Amino acid sequence: MLVWKFAPMNSVVNKQFDVLVIGGGPAGMAAATCAAESGCRVGIVDDNPNLGGQIWRRETASKASEASKWAERVLAAGVEVVAGTRVFHQPEPGVLHAEGPKGLCELRYGNLVLATGAREGFLPFPGWTLPNVLGAGGLQALVKCGLPISGKRIVVAGSGPLLIAVAAYLRQHGAEIVRICEQASWTSLARFGAALLGHSNKMKQGFDLRKALSGIPFLSSSWPVSAEGEGVLQAVNIRQASKIENISCDYLACGFHMLPNTELATLLGCQIQNDCVQVDDLQQTSISGVYCAGEPTGIGGVELSLVEGQVAGFASIGRIQCANELFSVRTRLRKFAAVLNRTFSLRAELKSLAGPKTIVCRCEDVTFDRLQRHNSWRAAKLQTRCGMGPCQGRVCGPATQFLFDWRLDSVRPPLFPTRFGNLAAAASNTEPVQMIVTGEQE
Amino acid sequence: MPESITVSVNGRPVVVASAATVAVAMVLAGAACRVSASGELRGPLCGMGICFECRAVINGTQHCRSCQVLCSAGMEIRTDE
Repeated sequence: MLVWKFAPMNSVVNKQFDVLVIGGGPAGMAAATCAAESGCRVGIVDDNPNLGGQIWRRETASKASEASKWAERVLAAGVEVVAGTRVFHQPEPGVLHAEGPKGLCELRYGNLVLATGAREGFLPFPGWTLPNVLGAGGLQALVKCGLPISGKRIVVAGSGPLLIAVAAYLRQHGAEIVRICEQASWTSLARFGAALLGHSNKMKQGFDLRKALSGIPFLSSSWPVSAEGEGVLQAVNIRQASKIENISCDYLACGFHMLPNTELATLLGCQIQNDCVQVDDLQQTSISGVYCAGEPTGIGGVELSLVEGQVAGFASIGRIQCANELFSVRTRLRKFAAVLNRTFSLRAELKSLAGPKTIVCRCEDVTFDRLQRHNSWRAAKLQTRCGMGPCQGRVCGPATQFLFDWRLDSVRPPLFPTRFGNLAAAASNTEPVQMIVTGEQE
Repeated sequence: MPESITVSVNGRPVVVASAATVAVAMVLAGAACRVSASGELRGPLCGMGICFECRAVINGTQHCRSCQVLCSAGMEIRTDE
């Protein structure tokens, strides 16, 4: 008798929560804490190995930081953290399927809080696919995860307040920051500066960062036009004031502001407007019992995420009065967020960065000229495989939206590439431990 | 916990900080993570599990996003399969 064992692929972990929070960054931690401190059974599911999200990556263990304070509250409140696990499907309302280290994870919930955060925006330009051209937050994440950077020459480019924070962080870790290139103009940066005046916290952060970056050339209305190198980055060409400057460097850290992660909300059927999840005063989406907090409702930074997270957490357990008390501070922070997003909106010139042979879809290596022939995201997907690779259009989709004004209209399960064994287990919802085949062995 | 550990990238030993991710080990080894559909060498881009550029074979399991996996002593990482 021949026995084939399939055991390791298909063990199913079942969990049930009153409130389930998707995402363990600031918004998710705040939501989970506020819900759990009332005694509800609360879980946080996050793709990363640790709590903190992207902004607090590796910071929840550093003493007396705001990140560690929230992490301690999360654990003290009895929140169950399901790490290294990502949601890929909702088979029916109230149930989510996720892929974790041990296989399929079936999560049942009463109410749901989506705190799926944001990612960096990327724009294609010649050479952007070379190794050592990374996102600004991307390079920072690697350094936080142990990449030594001392003595490396780095150009930080793109758009948004993240560039400044990343440059300061990298310098603090011994890097030589050669240039910071911000595509926004001085005029809009000055408006942003004026908006900071009403926010003492943010103003202090701004001053601290400026001090940390003294002596580093900061260029406005400036952006990378191409990156060069044989198999790895060697230099970048920077445009400023109609001149092109060639700068040799070890890394180009380049991100064009942030994009809300709305894929899960879209899959669940939540209303999306202007690329953000629509929510009411209590952070509830268009679906009753499904809340959303933080960057998916609009890019606004860590302070706003914490407040929205608390509102969503309180609202999800019916503590409406506690939620109400946070509305005024939320309104103030949202006004600031509006200025932030106006300041760092992308200028039209960036649409001409990609040449005909520049790769736009990195997963399937689809070039700009092949996409130009199509008039929609769907047509481009069907005929060029653009957006059909493992990232499922998370990188090239928003880029084509900016370049060609395409509307991204096709989110479907599985939300992330998922192992066959887990898909099979999800479909059958049983546990095929072993298959027995009768017959003679050779 | 020891301050550094040794993993293997394409058969060569690489020393990394004990809490480093596999993506860091590959960058330190100077190894591109993968070869793209048209033959380009690629390294990590987003660092946060979104872009899938850093996927590699880790302890025999294919298509692992190396930026989301922590190194452990003796781990075998391959980018050339």
